[in-house]
Amino acid sequence: MVTRGFSSGRKPPTDTNARIPPGQYLEQGFPVLSAGPTPHVRTEHWSFTLKHGPRPIKKWNWAEFNALSLTKMTRDIHCVTAWTKFDTAWQGVLVDDILADAGIEPPTAFTLALGFDGYSTNVPTKDLTGGKAMVALLYEGKPITPDHGGPARLLVPHLYFWKSAKWLNGLQFTERDEPGFWELRGYHIYGDPWREQRYTNDL
Amino acid sequence: MSDAPAAQSPWQTVTITRIQKRTPRVTSFFLQPSRPFAYRAGQHVDVRLTAPDGYQARRSYSIASAPETGETIELAIEKLEDGEVSPFFHEIAAVGDDVELRGPLGGHFVWSDSDGGPLLLVGGGSGVVPLMSMVRHRAMRGSLVAAALVFSARVWDEVIFRDELIDLAERRDGFDLVLTLTREPARRPADYARRIDAAMMVQAMTRLPAPPKLAFVCGSNAFVTAAAEALIDAGVPAALIRTERYGV
Repeated sequence: MVTRGFSSGRKPPTDTNARIPPGQYLEQGFPVLSAGPTPHVRTEHWSFTLKHGPRPIKKWNWAEFNALSLTKMTRDIHCVTAWTKFDTAWQGVLVDDILADAGIEPPTAFTLALGFDGYSTNVPTKDLTGGKAMVALLYEGKPITPDHGGPARLLVPHLYFWKSAKWLNGLQFTERDEPGFWELRGYHIYGDPWREQRYTNDL
Repeated sequence: MSDAPAAQSPWQTVTITRIQKRTPRVTSFFLQPSRPFAYRAGQHVDVRLTAPDGYQARRSYSIASAPETGETIELAIEKLEDGEVSPFFHEIAAVGDDVELRGPLGGHFVWSDSDGGPLLLVGGGSGVVPLMSMVRHRAMRGSLVAAALVFSARVWDEVIFRDELIDLAERRDGFDLVLTLTREPARRPADYARRIDAAMMVQAMTRLPAPPKLAFVCGSNAFVTAAAEALIDAGVPAALIRTERYGV
């Protein structure tokens, strides 16, 4: 349905447009979204736990986690509220390297990312491995600020950005695909921006 | 011939039935859905505009009306100078025009009378919109849940829904209104003329019969960050505070 009087004046050039998923627009800033107040997690109180169901596999403190090998990842990110930001530059520990340090293969096909604030979001394990995702510690070379999820946030750039949990304190392998916070509140169970999987009933 | 219903697009056409200027920068658009829907106070909708060449722009807007109002929903849209969708509404849209809408959306920043209270609402600028839906829902239900709205605006003439909010507070039925202006002196005896801080939150809570069961904070990112920290400093547990942010 064409909207009377609306023109495509803001339509990006074709080469740019190819990087913008359907229904998204290009944002130059870095908007902040969260369901509650911003937690201020001090690194001396920070820890990261890998779990299989309720059972801890391995736990790292801040110094131990920072001693793991760091990888750079520069990616476009896509928020379900319709903004896309190009070339965000992160550094962190690949999920592959976390698993290697714990000396395990992924025990299940599904994972819940857990936050200090009680947030959770589900991601299939295969979307976290193979170099596709990291626990990010730096943004543009500097510690991630609290409003953007610091000290550490998940980065799963190929899915809508609510999957990249802020204030991350663990990954939990689950037997079934367990919906997380937003997935229980109307958002899509997988969240592929290129298939525009925003809300629960989107195909 | 098949009896199976055709798959229904989540998008529907809505018709603008009324336009009402609220403040110099905020105008309400009343929309009649082609497929009316139920919603909860605090929810939002996505609006989509389509250009002749197929280019589309979409943005999310909170619903200002109460679920009890009827089929028509009210969106109160602030004009953003560098925006793409809000300038269309402010400069082009007219009564009788159609746009596309999807919703209702969001299952966290929502409140129903049955959720109880006391309820503490904190809004900055057009962040008051989803809170207005809650305040109106409370009033239309004849709810006895105690509620206080702390609403920060730059100046008196930018207090969206000002007369309606003052009328609702004057009912003295358990809803209290605290206005704070950041660029003008206070106009009413118990109002403020400064940015929201912890002392203001403490005083606002003395207007409630008991500590809040839930707090909702909505506004720009900077506003929500400051207001949520003021609430925490005033002793409200972080787990009771729900936030919604917009802008960069």
